[in-house]
Amino acid sequence: MPLTIAIASGKGGTGKTTVAVHLAAWLAEQGRPVHYLDCDVEEPNGHLFLRPKWTVEEEVSIPVPAVDHDRCTRCGKCAAVCEFNAIAMLNKPLVFPELCHGCGGCTLVCPVQAIREVPRVIGTMATGRAGKIQFTQGRLNVGEPLAPPVIRAVQARRAPDAIALLDAPPGAACPAVATARGADVIILVTEPTPFGLHDLELAIATFRPLQKPLGVVVNRADADRRVQEYCAGAGIPILAELPAERRVAELYARGELLFAALPPWRDMFAKLWQQIKALQ
Amino acid sequence: MKVVITASGPTLAEPIDLHFGRAKYFILADTETGRAKAHDNTPNLQARQGAGVQSAETVANLGAEVVVTGSVGPKAYRALQAAGIKIALVEAVCPGTEALRRFKDNELPVLDKPNSEGHWV
Ligand code: SF4
Ligand code: SF4
Repeated sequence: MPLTIAIASGKGGTGKTTVAVHLAAWLAEQGRPVHYLDCDVEEPNGHLFLRPKWTVEEEVSIPVPAVDHDRCTRCGKCAAVCEFNAIAMLNKPLVFPELCHGCGGCTLVCPVQAIREVPRVIGTMATGRAGKIQFTQGRLNVGEPLAPPVIRAVQARRAPDAIALLDAPPGAACPAVATARGADVIILVTEPTPFGLHDLELAIATFRPLQKPLGVVVNRADADRRVQEYCAGAGIPILAELPAERRVAELYARGELLFAALPPWRDMFAKLWQQIKALQ
Repeated sequence: MKVVITASGPTLAEPIDLHFGRAKYFILADTETGRAKAHDNTPNLQARQGAGVQSAETVANLGAEVVVTGSVGPKAYRALQAAGIKIALVEAVCPGTEALRRFKDNELPVLDKPNSEGHWV
């Protein structure tokens, strides 16, 4: 299968989506099949730049238990097995669907098959095309706490013959790790600021145990070289340094891609692609 | 009647804990015999989520008919309802003895809907 690349960042607002959408656009310009999978399910925004036309919309659900109280013997095994406190024994088992992670443990443990699983919708998924780019986006419903099932559903849509770009949720928590797990290589986008460096260090500590090739893109690069020095010390390659330019911010704010107005950016992404391939 | 008071320490002399799901101790008091017994709820507070639901299960197992506390989240409320346990509300921190006296004197309002937002831990 062609390469799967996760584009992550230790914190939001570093330019992770900028890197992901331009890499997708550049690859498409080269005639390479590419699939953009927006796994930033709490705040997907890749579509604002690539503007796909949606063709399929689906719901994403997790299986939650429903108890048949006539059959239930009130043994309490389901409540005892649930790690997430989603079932309480109060005379009879009471299910809290909003706490359930859909692991299926309670159904397995019930000695009298009194539990059946019913789907609970936690998000949606949309698939379409943006020119030559295939596009899938996941979206977690507001107030839902569980991003990983939606992220896994999005990843399951990956086209087998295309390079996959996973736009990962910011940060270094479960959703980011769930995304990075599905990748062959991980790109961390950061800014050359003390905060950027701090979050980058956390992200590196989180992603390194996945034992996947890891590289850093410095966005809005300037005279501050601390990120580069840190990465040199940690043995992590800098794949690209994207300059801070006022025009970039203007085009970004309008949701426009940079290549038409700023042709040198094309070369930067060509070089980035070479670096990514060399990472493996 | 068996009453559970949410407390910050193991005796009724301690101040009550206003958050049902996050209380350190549940003190089971029998209004007829005057006896009180503490249950340590701290292990349950380590739970990643659903501490309120677990707390409700615990007080149900203690045999409580009423919980005297300051606030109850929506999930714990549903669980207490399912167990048929009433909720009497104290508005400010006071010693457990004082909360129990006020409950016995019918000075505390009894809750009919949850009064605190749930938290995702
Ligand atoms: S499916 Fe898993 S998380 Fe959900 S209630 Fe059953 S045991 Fe708990
Ligand atoms: S494990 Fe099955 S029988 Fe036992 S309490 Fe749960 S639902 Fe009822």
